[in-house]
Parts: sequence; structure tokens; C-alpha cells
Amino acid sequence: MKKLINDPGTVVADALRGMAAAHPGTLKIDHANRLVISIDAPRPGKVAVISGGGSGHEPLHSGFVGPGMLDVAVAGEVFTSPTPDQVLAALQAADSGAGALLIVKNYTGDVMNFEMAGELAAAEGIDVASVIVADDVAVTDSLYTAGRRGVGGTVVVEKVAGAAAQAGCTLAEVTALAQRTADAARSMGLALTSCTVPAAGRPTFDLADDEIELGIGIHGEPGRSREQIAPVRELAARLVTPILEDLDFTDAPVIVLCNGMGGTPLIELYGLYAEVSDLLAAQGVQIARNLVGNYVTSLEMAGASVTLVKADDEMLEYWDAPVSTTGLQW
Amino acid sequence: MELSPQILAGWLRAFAADIAENEALLTDLDRQIGDADHGANMVRGTTAVAQLDPADFADGRSYVKKAAMTLISTVGGASGPLYGTLLLRLGSALPDDGPIDQAGWLPALRAGVEGVVARGKAGPGDKTMLDALIPAVEAFEAATDQPWQAAAEAAAAGRDATVPMIAHKGRASYLGERSAGVADPGATSSALLIEAAARTLA
Repeated sequence: MKKLINDPGTVVADALRGMAAAHPGTLKIDHANRLVISIDAPRPGKVAVISGGGSGHEPLHSGFVGPGMLDVAVAGEVFTSPTPDQVLAALQAADSGAGALLIVKNYTGDVMNFEMAGELAAAEGIDVASVIVADDVAVTDSLYTAGRRGVGGTVVVEKVAGAAAQAGCTLAEVTALAQRTADAARSMGLALTSCTVPAAGRPTFDLADDEIELGIGIHGEPGRSREQIAPVRELAARLVTPILEDLDFTDAPVIVLCNGMGGTPLIELYGLYAEVSDLLAAQGVQIARNLVGNYVTSLEMAGASVTLVKADDEMLEYWDAPVSTTGLQW
Repeated sequence: MELSPQILAGWLRAFAADIAENEALLTDLDRQIGDADHGANMVRGTTAVAQLDPADFADGRSYVKKAAMTLISTVGGASGPLYGTLLLRLGSALPDDGPIDQAGWLPALRAGVEGVVARGKAGPGDKTMLDALIPAVEAFEAATDQPWQAAAEAAAAGRDATVPMIAHKGRASYLGERSAGVADPGATSSALLIEAAARTLA
């Protein structure tokens, strides 16, 4: 294992020290609870929007903290959900009395820890709502699994919900919009390489030079099937086709996220986006907005995911609203 | 057997030592069907529990509850809430300190396992820690002699029985049929918990 780390046990704490050093004017860091807090939180009367999860997906979630998006990001260990007391501390730090929305990716640990935190916060009188993002179409049989995973669609949910909260919407309104956005998101990803969890010291799975792992999540866990590498034209189709089979995207404007897993250069992501946009045009899908880059990563994994969100006017309005975070700015 | 914070700390410290000894195994199992962090997470949590001083607690119940809260706040992932809930419910159902026998332990063990079922929404055969814990409690109840030994053997057998299972819960479930062939990491650590009990509580 070759990584820019001091010790596998201090990776998250060291990264938070770096964020504190890099962004003193815009972020507050609670090192004890591993929280990245917007400098303007809590803002009186504003609904707090909070997310979090295992570390290793940066810029998700800490890179999306700031005006127009998240008030607090809660950092767990690498690929490990944060604990209920961390999430409770986030709720206490950000709640202004207007309530808080927890945006949770659908992983067993995240759901349980955020659920316990919500119960603890409710007992303290904080008005808490939560939305679970489960956009990964690679998981087909929800009856016999923990259900679809939350992946790339999380970025869009956080952006839209954060903008709505910034605009003064109530907790019920922000929650309804976030839920509608989560319900309208579908994603599919592939890996060209595995990744190495620092504490494990070796790659999570082994892939031969000519193999890809199709239908991955974002924790370096193996996917649904192992296939041969192919031209990006064909790989784009293997990502887009199951998404379009799952939901009709031809009757609404669509937000497209062409996301890198951390180890894939932008030149390849743009190559992928070229194929994705051609495929969508050929299928009659109208791309209203797009985002190409590394937004929801899996450490140094090479690979990519495609997310489509079937938008409406309100989602597009909040997508376009100003945002000022280290990971997204316009 | 006299129930006391010291006796219970003996159990959980033995568990912590077993987890530390098996960290690489737990991580390797999790690497194959999960996300390669079960060993590190359980070591972090059980090490924190081992540092609790039983002399600081008025009774066994309060010691176990503190151990549960420690696991919840240090383990993370799914294992933190699940092991935390197991000990929280178990601790709450313990009788007052003093003599405790098979009949005294049984409601506490049952309450702990029922807590895991409620929190994780899993059942037998889903390839989870319950596949070690449920047979362990059943064997404990059925044993006419040495119930902890019977529970430890049943937990180990339950752990081994998870090898051919296809996971229906947790991160391994995303692998579908590819999750078969590897013991469940949670069932493996749960078997260590019961085996540690057999050494320290019998």
C-alpha cells in the first residue's frame, strides 16, 4: 500500500486538519465529533441540511458544506458510517429551531446510525426529518438485499435540498423536495480497478488487467458482475441502458452526473460523457443540466458512474441557485 | 456465579482480546463480501470497552449499558448499533447483582438478540450475526448442563453454517449469489462473543 498518510488510524483526522488549514474563512471543523460545519451555521430561521457517511467519498460530503448546500457534513471512518453521537452533535450544531433534514445514503450502517441519532435528537426537542437516497439500479432484487444503495444521486439531492433551505423553505417543504429528487434519481457505476482501504492495506477485490466490475457501489465492494473491458462507447451503454430500463426519462428535463470514482482522469470522464450524451439524445432524453467530474468517489478507484435525475421546474430552479462550497460553486 | 461489574468486565475484556487476535481474519472475511473494515471497527470499539473500569460502576447492569453506549459511539458502521443494541437490551434485562444461574441469564440473552432483530430487521438465514446468536440462545436454553459451553458450540456451528448462505441483509447482500462461500464476518465476531462468555461466565 502506497498512500500519502501518516498512519491508517489517522487518515480521517489528518484530512480534517487539512480542511481546517485550507478553509478557515468558510468552514468550522469540530475535530472531536468529526464535523465539517458551514461558517454561517446555524442561521436563524433556516432549516439545517445535514448529511454524512463513511469517509473516502470526497468531495462527498464535506466538500458540499457551505451556503446553498449542506450546513454540516459528518465524517465516519473510511467507508464506515459515523456514529449516532456524532450525528447528534451535528444536529445540535446546526439546528436553529427551524428543524433539520438528514440526507442518508441507503446503507445498512448509515441508516441505523442516523436513525438512532434522529431518535436522540427528537428526545431533545429538535425537529428532525430524514430522506434516504437509494438510486443504484445495479441492485435489482430489493426483497433479498438491503435495497438499492445511495450513490451519485446524493449530490443532486444535497444541492436541491440545500438551495431550498437557503431560500427559506420549511422543513416539510425541504423534505418533500429532497424526497422527490431522491425518488427521481437513478445511477449505475463500474470499476476499472479496486481501491485500498487504509486499515485493510490491500485492495478490496482483485481485477485482472482486462476486467471491469459492473454495478459497483461506492465502498470498493464488488459489484454485480465481472466483465471484459470494452471501448467506452460500449461501457457507456452498459451504464445508461439499465437506467433507462428502470425509469422513463423522455418526458422531463434531466440532470446528468458523469461521475469519476477517484482514479479516473477527466479526459476519460469527458470521453464517457460524449458517449452518454449521444446515447441519451438517441433515446429522446433531453439533458437540461450536467456535471462531469469526481463528486462521489471510492478512494483511488478507477471507474465511473452515471446518474440521471428526472427533474421538474422546481428542482432545476434550486439546482441553478447559487452555491458556495469547496466541491461545487456557481 | 455471582453477577457483578467485575465478572462482566472479564467477559467483555476476553472478547476484546479475541477480537484483537482475530482482527486480520475479520477484516479478510469482510474484504471478500463486504468492505474490509469489520476487524478495525470491532478492535476500536472493544478496546474502548476494555478500558472501562468495572470499579466505576454500581452494578453489572450499569456496566453493560455503558459498554453498549461505548460500542455505539466508537464502532460505527452497522456493527456499532447492532452490538450496542445487543448489550443495551441484554444489560437492561439483567437481574440485580448476586447469584445468577441459567434461568437468570436466559431473559437477558433473549432480550439482547431480540434487540438485534429489531434494529437490523434481519432473521435466521440472512447470513448475519443472528445466525450465530439465535442458535446460541436456543442451545443455552435447551442445555441441561454447561449452558454456556452449549451456546458457544452452537454459535460456532451457526457461524460455519453461514459459509454457503447467500446474504440477504447488509452490504454482502449486494453480491447476491457471489456472497456464498465465505463465513459472515458478523457471525464470526458474534461467535467470539459467546465463546468468550463460555470461558468467563460459566
